[in-house]
Amino acid sequence: MGKKILVFGEVRDGALRNVSFEAVAAARKISEDGEIVAALFGDGNLEELGNEMIYYGADRAVVVQHENLKNYTSEGYAQAAMAVIEDENPDGLIMGHTAAGKDLTPKLASRLESGLISDATDIEVDGDHVVFTRPIYSGKAFEKKMITEGLLFATIRPNNIAPLDRDDSRSGEVAVKDVDIKDLRTVIKDVIRKTTDGVDLSEAKVIVAGGRGVKSAEGFEPLEELAEVLGGAVGASRGACDAGYCDYSLQIGQTGKVVTPDLYIACGISGAIQHLAGMSNSKVIVAINKDPEANIFNVADYGIVGDLFDVVPKLTEEIKKLKENA
Amino acid sequence: MNIYVLMKRTFDTEEKIVIEDGRIEEEGAEFIINPYDEYAIEEAIQLRDEHGGEVTVVTIGNEEAEKQLRTALAMGADKAVLINTEDDLEESDQYSTTKILEAFFEDKEYDLILAGNVAIDNASGQVGPRLAERLGIPYVTTITDITIDGESVHIERDVEGDVEKVDTSLPLLVTCQQGLNEPRYPSLPGIMKAKKKPLEELEIDDLDLDEDDVEPKTKTLDVFLPPEREAGKILEGEIDDQVKELVSLLRSEAKVI
Repeated sequence: MGKKILVFGEVRDGALRNVSFEAVAAARKISEDGEIVAALFGDGNLEELGNEMIYYGADRAVVVQHENLKNYTSEGYAQAAMAVIEDENPDGLIMGHTAAGKDLTPKLASRLESGLISDATDIEVDGDHVVFTRPIYSGKAFEKKMITEGLLFATIRPNNIAPLDRDDSRSGEVAVKDVDIKDLRTVIKDVIRKTTDGVDLSEAKVIVAGGRGVKSAEGFEPLEELAEVLGGAVGASRGACDAGYCDYSLQIGQTGKVVTPDLYIACGISGAIQHLAGMSNSKVIVAINKDPEANIFNVADYGIVGDLFDVVPKLTEEIKKLKENA
Repeated sequence: MNIYVLMKRTFDTEEKIVIEDGRIEEEGAEFIINPYDEYAIEEAIQLRDEHGGEVTVVTIGNEEAEKQLRTALAMGADKAVLINTEDDLEESDQYSTTKILEAFFEDKEYDLILAGNVAIDNASGQVGPRLAERLGIPYVTTITDITIDGESVHIERDVEGDVEKVDTSLPLLVTCQQGLNEPRYPSLPGIMKAKKKPLEELEIDDLDLDEDDVEPKTKTLDVFLPPEREAGKILEGEIDDQVKELVSLLRSEAKVI
């Protein structure tokens, strides 16, 4: 039987994050021939973005617009979310496993006394059961889980469930829901942007990562240039972060971020178990390292044994040429 | 200030995972304090030293977790509590854990509860926010800085690499992110003192809970290892040629650029 699934989309810099469309695709799987309702929260005019969710597969959309939803806060968004949940009474709820998704969904699950599967990378429907696959031990292992009580409630890891094709001939109702967002006990005073042009590590299709072999903060410059020509993001190993070459927010590994880009280029990274846990589920891995015995070569699809300061700039040039000729 | 820290005992990050009979084999593995909980313990100690009060570290698990609790005491925490669920719980999930902690905190006075933002084993990051919701207090996740001024709290948090400055108030629950502090190693006198510090052991029965109250709302059907990655192709020849070959392979074979 078809199920009604609510999807919380996410707006960043006035546009929907890609994981919002992936969440619609996940909801479609669970919903089968049921209804998918997309919900968006923010302070601007979200109706057009509501339509965008419909083009990507939602049947209709609900938007909650309030000045107190300008920045994400757990309390503000939970008030908006609960109002929509009470209206819609869905069978399930899907959101991206993003900073906001990680922060908001446990609060809602707790309020609703529901189970919640965080960070799902795959969803299968097996008769009446919806089975979620998720990594544990940062991807050293995986588990299959189901919800036994409450909503079919999950967050999905970006980059793992393909969005449906955009179809702008689709149409559906976009309703504006009035919710008074008030009594917030946490207030965002300021947001300091440190990330470059919005390419977040968890959503990046290409990651160029540096390890101890990068040797200094300046040593990351050629990696940044390579990431730029590939439209990707820069990451780092724990070794590079501990040595102070870069910010901890770039760290990839069992402590740090777990990433699954299409292409991961490891530069001067030896490949400690704790780092491999964070990146070995990337689709294609390239390793560049001076040491032919480095463990990273055991998981790499392609390896170049050489000095990263020699190889990386050449690689950047070669890709530039390719892009210019394309 | 009454400060509580939620701690979990986890596999060491350098451990490989072995599965036996559909379960993760724990025999012979090294265990540590979940690294993110170490930041929570360190911050709790620093805040106590600055504002006075007491730090209590709480964990749910079995007797084995006593070792990690003693480490926390050796770092400088004042008290430890082990809620031993070994005899009562076959399966549990974040709902169960939250329910137990909610019952534990029911008769406690707390100003600040700190936890890791995620545990490196299960990595759901649910328990902190779930508990704050049950206790009816605000929470802020992935914090990298905290300043307490009377009832007001100023926080910096990591949001996917950006820094968000947040103002809130006590009582409060926070979850800790890397970069918050540099956790100390226990000193020898610290280790000696820790042996005499109070470590209370409770069972869910002591919290007026029975098994049905904490029945999980999710079920694990299977645990498996990812397919092992095979070592690929190490390119050969002059670096310039290798680079050209790599670009060509990424384009035509791997189709990722």
